[in-house]
Amino acid sequence: MAKAKNNSALDSVQILKTYKMYIGGNFPRTESGRYYSPQVNGKSIANICRASPKDMRNAVVAARSAQPPWASRTAYNRSQILYRIAEMLQGRSEQFVAELQIQGLKTQDARIQVQATIDRMIYYSGWCDKFQQLFSSVNPVASSHFNFSVLEPTGVVVLLASQTSPLLGLANAIAPIIASGNTCVAIANEDQPLSAITFCEVLQTSDLPPGVVNVLTGKLDELMTHAAKHLDVNAIAADQIGTPNLEAVRADAAGNLKRIADLQIDWSDDNQAQNPYLIEKFCEVKTTWHPIEQISSSGSGY
Amino acid sequence: MSKMKTSLWKLDPAPESSDHISLESSYGLFIDGEFVESEGGDKFATINPATEAPIAAITEATDTDVDKAVKAARLAYQKVWSKTSPTDRGKYIFRIARLIQEKARELAVIETLDGGKPIRESRDIDIPLAAAHFFYYAGWADKLPYAFPNRTPKPLGVAGQIIPWNFPLLMAAWKIAPAIACGNTVVLKPAETTSLTALKLCEIIQQAGLPPGVVNVVTGHQKVGAAIVDHPDVNKIAFTGSTAVGKGIQTAIAATDKSCTLELGGKAANIVFDDAPIDQAVEGIINGIYFNQGHVCCAGSRLFVQESVFEEVMRKLKHRIDTLNVGDPMDKNTDVGAINSKKQLQQINQYIEIGKSEGADFYQLQCDLPERGFWCPPCLFTGVAQSNRIAQEEIFGPVLAVQTFRTVAEVIKKANNTPYGLSAGVWTDKGSKLFNMTAQMRAGVVWANTYNKFDPTSPFGGYKESGFGREGGVHGLAAYVKI
Amino acid sequence: MPHPQSFTCSSPPVDQVGVIERAKRFQTRSVKTQSKMQGLRMILSMIDLTTLEGMDTPGKVKQLCFKAQHLHDSTAGLPTVAAICVYPNFVALAKRALGDSKIKVASVATAFPSGNTSLEIKLDDVRMAVDQGADEIDMVISRGKFHAGEFGYVYDEIAEVKNACGPSRLKVILETGELGTFDNVRKASDIAIAAGGDFIKTSTGKIKPAATMPVTLVMLEAIRDHYFKTGEMVGMKPAGGISNAKLALQYLIMVQETLGDSWLDNHWFRFGASSLANDVLMQIVKQNTGAYQSADYFSID
Repeated sequence: MAKAKNNSALDSVQILKTYKMYIGGNFPRTESGRYYSPQVNGKSIANICRASPKDMRNAVVAARSAQPPWASRTAYNRSQILYRIAEMLQGRSEQFVAELQIQGLKTQDARIQVQATIDRMIYYSGWCDKFQQLFSSVNPVASSHFNFSVLEPTGVVVLLASQTSPLLGLANAIAPIIASGNTCVAIANEDQPLSAITFCEVLQTSDLPPGVVNVLTGKLDELMTHAAKHLDVNAIAADQIGTPNLEAVRADAAGNLKRIADLQIDWSDDNQAQNPYLIEKFCEVKTTWHPIEQISSSGSGY
Repeated sequence: MSKMKTSLWKLDPAPESSDHISLESSYGLFIDGEFVESEGGDKFATINPATEAPIAAITEATDTDVDKAVKAARLAYQKVWSKTSPTDRGKYIFRIARLIQEKARELAVIETLDGGKPIRESRDIDIPLAAAHFFYYAGWADKLPYAFPNRTPKPLGVAGQIIPWNFPLLMAAWKIAPAIACGNTVVLKPAETTSLTALKLCEIIQQAGLPPGVVNVVTGHQKVGAAIVDHPDVNKIAFTGSTAVGKGIQTAIAATDKSCTLELGGKAANIVFDDAPIDQAVEGIINGIYFNQGHVCCAGSRLFVQESVFEEVMRKLKHRIDTLNVGDPMDKNTDVGAINSKKQLQQINQYIEIGKSEGADFYQLQCDLPERGFWCPPCLFTGVAQSNRIAQEEIFGPVLAVQTFRTVAEVIKKANNTPYGLSAGVWTDKGSKLFNMTAQMRAGVVWANTYNKFDPTSPFGGYKESGFGREGGVHGLAAYVKI
Repeated sequence: MPHPQSFTCSSPPVDQVGVIERAKRFQTRSVKTQSKMQGLRMILSMIDLTTLEGMDTPGKVKQLCFKAQHLHDSTAGLPTVAAICVYPNFVALAKRALGDSKIKVASVATAFPSGNTSLEIKLDDVRMAVDQGADEIDMVISRGKFHAGEFGYVYDEIAEVKNACGPSRLKVILETGELGTFDNVRKASDIAIAAGGDFIKTSTGKIKPAATMPVTLVMLEAIRDHYFKTGEMVGMKPAGGISNAKLALQYLIMVQETLGDSWLDNHWFRFGASSLANDVLMQIVKQNTGAYQSADYFSID
């Protein structure tokens, strides 16, 4: 048996990480075989999958089939899974710091971002079994009916993720979307996709069922059109994608009356980023009626 | 057992009197607190669909008129309404509610004359609910922060509101009450076939002393609605109507910052299990599809009956259909009135032909119909498949498509197999099944062991292509504030 | 004949709120002019003019029998009521007093109103009334047994009473005011119909609430279901609490819309009432003269 050489890490040849996409709990390459090479300071940071419309379709299929079972998990269970994501992030925080640095962040800023990502995940973990109580109502109708309104997840939500905040913005936007039982297809930050894919590795090892979150990398302007026109997508969260893009998405989304959320949020600001109304944005209000029998102790009404 | 029209005890006509109502022969537009004539707009006649007789002349507003209305609303928003205390806003709305109650019978009669719905419904449902809606939102005006924990809700500005012809005054109430309670001002367009009660509401608004410009009403056809949607100084669009027009609106405002709520079409499943209270379910089916001639976006137009009770349900349903009185909407005994317009009648008849040509079995109430006016007796198709057009498309008339099912899983799948998601009905005596079913329905309103119930405290609105946003209840406030 | 125990599961559930809503809708019907006159006359012809008091005397019963034949002689062409309803010991007297008028004599029996005695005594009670000439027997069901879940007992008892009736028609009083829920009313109706009752009847008049439109509707629906299944008609008699013409007209609307025209006949539908007749008469005279009437002009017997 050959003994491993006792070389220091600096002397050995680095194994470069291959960044793939995250669809249905797996890490496939794009079916198109295409790639692009985002650059930081004039230097390519990696070869990244350039997702095709077909990848988008596959991701939506994965998200759609994962949605009803995810929504039927107990709120407590979804809460625990979001908490587990935070735990896994914590354990791998150094890796995220390093990747954010590759993507051009200073060490201190990278650490702040990673810590904030962990904190926000915990924040939304806590909301999973509480937001319903905040936004639901029992409605005192003027007839003999029990009438209540609850929130239900909208369905499949496409996130056009932050182009400025590659890890925190992504995770912070995903958390309120999935907290209520939606599933999500995220288009990662085009120029800084590395931490998005590594975040998926965290998701994959966090008990999050396959398909609940799917992440595509590639060209925003190419993918957003297909997302906005896709008839099996229920909502789009657009995270500061620029006015022309937003207008195009809105127009395309009319095909099946998608809900469009224009996220005007500074993810570094706790007051904006920690917000249960972000959960509500991706929910539908369902109102249920049922008769109430009218028999009192005096028998009146009978 | 069926009650033929040669019944041995047939009710004599019992017409509601209409001598107490006051209507002008011609109406202008309501802008800045006054009825004004259009600048260059034509007039068109609004007719009684039960007789085809003209009732009054209505103005076709021009783009200039719409601009005037929006300017009046903007000015009222800036100078008056945004500075009116929330408590006073509420008091004005309370006044409107009271005045509607005082004039309830007059409004009911006009609603029935202009729209064709039975006086029983306008008297017992439309008008009382309209008043109740104003009462409900009046009280919210000075309590808005409680509706949005940890936020400070602010009005949006000028709201452009476009409403349909099926519940004219009620829809005006659904739109105006929450909008002005939240501090917005309004430009509202009623449907061209049913403008009268909205114009009567303007008289009430004048009488209530609401500051000029807070509510403006412009009348006319779709072009007028488009002018509101396209107006650059409108902050919010609230629309109730067809899904096709709703999509058009979403596209039209894509390049603007206008916020938008849409309450669109539906093709609701009404599901009857074998353990349901069958006689009440049959009544629920009747209310679900024949209420307001089926001109109801949440109508239970797709009936799913569990196979083991199919024969029983159909026999009872047909028996009940045979007891419905179709005819003069002003008759207090009329159950099903006139179809709202010739155009709508043509659409309904077209779908009936499609249903027949698709091979479904047709059953229709046989009865005498008035010579003039637009009529479609209640009818249903059995032997319908999910792939039939009459099971997929919104007919907006008294036409029921009946299908059968065997298992819970099957009916959930079929019920949700539609681009719409406004409402659903479930009939079963078993609680645990019921809660599963109501949760599984992808629809904004689910009636369990009842159907077509409405209340101002109860949020209403759709999933999927039935639109977005809610009207009614605390959730209805969100459509008219930014937080 | 179905096994009685099967009733525990075969009666359909009833949604109370839905029934009340449906009943209210009958009350929005407006009955005018000719149809009103026709309806009012129909009501008169369907009345079981009733006296069921501890203090009943031959004199009282005779007066009632006279009233039954002469509702309001100053108005020509009025029908007579359908029947006189009395306790068994007045049957013979009533029979004589009614002579060859077509008015039937109905007798309550089976330890009316509580029904709390042995089957033998109940059957004797019935036989006595029948022997005296009662055309119709109004029995009460054993509500205690019903609440104890002994549906078989209730069924058998009705079947035995029916047997003892011979040719007389049997009305089965459910005493709905003691049944507690519409589900029970429905179940009791189904038992009574299956056991051979010719009529089902809401109440004794001794318990409140007596007849209400929703309760009657539930019973009419049981009758309709039986008709749909077997083609056999069963009669209906709401009793107690129907004291004015307007309400009675609404009952007729309910019968017509639920069961159809065939039931608009005193062979199949009755009102058990003591004061309804005079209100109906006042309405008829008002329709004829155009003047609102006073009770002083209508005899009280």
